[in-house]
Amino acid sequence: MADEVLVRVENLVKYFPVKAGGFIRRTVGQVHAVDDVSLVIERGKTLGLVGETGSGKSTLARCVAGLIPVTSGRVMFQGTDITKLSRGAMRPLRREVQMIFQDPYSSLNPRRRVGAIIGDPFVIHKTATGAERKRQVQELMERVGLNPEHYNRFPAEFSGGQRQRIGVARALALRPKLIICDEPVSALDVSIQAQVLNLLSDLQHEFGLSYLFIAHDLEVVRHVSDKVAVMYLGRIGEAAPAEALYARPRHPYTVALLSAAPAADPDAAAARQRVILSGDVPSPIDPPAGCRFHPRCPKAETICGRVEPQLVPDDLVDQPENDGQSGSDARQSAADVPGGEHHVTACHFPVVPGERLASAAVAEGASAVKGEPS
Amino acid sequence: MTLLEVKDLHVSFPTADGVVRAVRGVSFDVEPGRTLGIVGESGSGKTVLTQTLLGLTQGAEVDGSAVFEGTDLLSLTEDQMRSVRGARISVIFQDPLTSLHPLYRIGWQIAEMIRAHDKSVSKNEGRVRAIELLRRVGIPRPDSRVDDYPHQFSGGMRQRAMIAMALALEPKLIIADEPTTALDATVQAQILDLLLRLQQDLNTALIMITHDLGVVADIADDVMVMYAGRAAEKAPKREIFYAPHHPYTKGLLESIPSSSAAGGRLKPIPGTPPSLINLPSGCKFHPRCGYVLDQCLTEEPVLHPVAESGSHTSACWLPSAAAGLSARAEELREETVREQRGRQAAEVAAAASAELGVTAGDEGSAV
Repeated sequence: MADEVLVRVENLVKYFPVKAGGFIRRTVGQVHAVDDVSLVIERGKTLGLVGETGSGKSTLARCVAGLIPVTSGRVMFQGTDITKLSRGAMRPLRREVQMIFQDPYSSLNPRRRVGAIIGDPFVIHKTATGAERKRQVQELMERVGLNPEHYNRFPAEFSGGQRQRIGVARALALRPKLIICDEPVSALDVSIQAQVLNLLSDLQHEFGLSYLFIAHDLEVVRHVSDKVAVMYLGRIGEAAPAEALYARPRHPYTVALLSAAPAADPDAAAARQRVILSGDVPSPIDPPAGCRFHPRCPKAETICGRVEPQLVPDDLVDQPENDGQSGSDARQSAADVPGGEHHVTACHFPVVPGERLASAAVAEGASAVKGEPS
Repeated sequence: MTLLEVKDLHVSFPTADGVVRAVRGVSFDVEPGRTLGIVGESGSGKTVLTQTLLGLTQGAEVDGSAVFEGTDLLSLTEDQMRSVRGARISVIFQDPLTSLHPLYRIGWQIAEMIRAHDKSVSKNEGRVRAIELLRRVGIPRPDSRVDDYPHQFSGGMRQRAMIAMALALEPKLIIADEPTTALDATVQAQILDLLLRLQQDLNTALIMITHDLGVVADIADDVMVMYAGRAAEKAPKREIFYAPHHPYTKGLLESIPSSSAAGGRLKPIPGTPPSLINLPSGCKFHPRCGYVLDQCLTEEPVLHPVAESGSHTSACWLPSAAAGLSARAEELREETVREQRGRQAAEVAAAASAELGVTAGDEGSAV
């Protein structure tokens, strides 16, 4: 079991201080970017991370990559806690974890040639020099579908899709085990997006890569992921194997998110019961008490505002608590961690299949946005 | 009566590198109360097209006509245009943060827009109307939020404020240029819902420009697919999605990851869109097309009806019957390719599949 898991994140917390303006910049609050998140990423598999702006998914990714220090919790990479490592001890691990960024324009230095950009990892980690480096870079370029003869070109001479291929080649250079893809196709046109997604999937099979794949496009995440976790305001609300999550979403937020995603199918769009959420995501500086989703949740009851629900597997939720084994802590198995085999949901009143969620009519203003699709 | 009738519109920009031919002969109509979705990738000319209608393309060479309520928009002077823009036709842009002035209060900006068109409105009346509009677009507590600055609004609320501004003078036509692209999925759903509802209330026509076929499937009545400055296909929504004729439309639909193809390989369109300075010969899509015929290399097809209804038109040389995603349609396309493709066209097709390289090595060519 342990061998299957590449990364194990345990109770990860990341707060950013909010400083007061003025001469003495004392801390007046904390942005709760990631708040007590646990998950696992399996070897050779893809964990999709879905969430809206401000849900903390990128911060989580940066913590996993060791790019920023964590507030508390552990990130175990192949059994080593990377949050405690010194810079020197971290360096060999950095080869194993690479990132692909969203914007292929700002993530490539416009003044450097493509060969130099892709060759940088070899220089930094001193793994190849001179002609050998050039050979390896050209091999990489060919592998990701770029013409190796374009070694000496500048990023500006490439289109968006080709630039993203450069980013992929750079991430691949040191043969990492984990690639963190932070919205890798969001900036690309649909036809190009499909090219890059196919490339990522080919590389995964060829090199046995694991991906932590972050995107806001639910269909893209469904397409690439084995397991999916849904984040809301710094917490994971629901996680499951991809098909289970899309077929039987249980958290009302997941249901709303899925119903909001535009499908390129007019009949399906017309037939769909849209759950239109009222209001906006609350501030992560002062997240709501209890369930963080309760102010916008169509199913919220008083308990939701007081008691924060824990992630529990669905077979436990379905049954009443007096199951004989209700000591849920004892029952917590590896499969219950997001990214594991079970479908886990943090909700007091999970949605059951076939249930229709009404649009929340609790907007503060006069008009809760509710519409009748024609 | 047709509200807007665009005929054979050409827009090009002279640059140091050559002439950028952004729009090359586009015609379309918009009826009152209906929604036209314009879909296309970056550089397909969809934004230039609509900005030209409003006189927002500076330094462009424009040709053609765009008759709106009986007057040709392209012949208006700047002063005349100013009385149309905002009042009769209004625009919602993609990024609500850059389209609102950061140093002025939201309410002031809405009132200013009303007062610019109607001098008789006092400051106070303007403010009252701004509050009413903000309420209408679903901003909570509009009487206090009216004095907020744009940075105090979230992305979705800013876009609502932009919609409030666009509605202020009850225009006959709203042009929405990727209005939800910068927003999260749940907020996008809110905004699309709002637009639909307001459109029904006011019987406004809407031109929705987007690269997202999902948005189009949701709210458009008619769809125009653009490629390299031209309309590739034009049809009522359901025909575009269920019986596409142009290989580009078909390619777009197939490259979207969808539930039916979960886990499988996607079918991307090979290559990249052409440079608008140096366009390929014949049909501009031929270097990326899987069904190239000899004719495609030399002659550019024009929109012609491909269904009996006459409202479904496509600019492609494939026979009309070869529309749709069915196996029968595919067979017909391949048959046509076998009969009419010569050596030269075969080379182009081979180059296109080679372009996909390793990423599509297992797909093989069309035949």
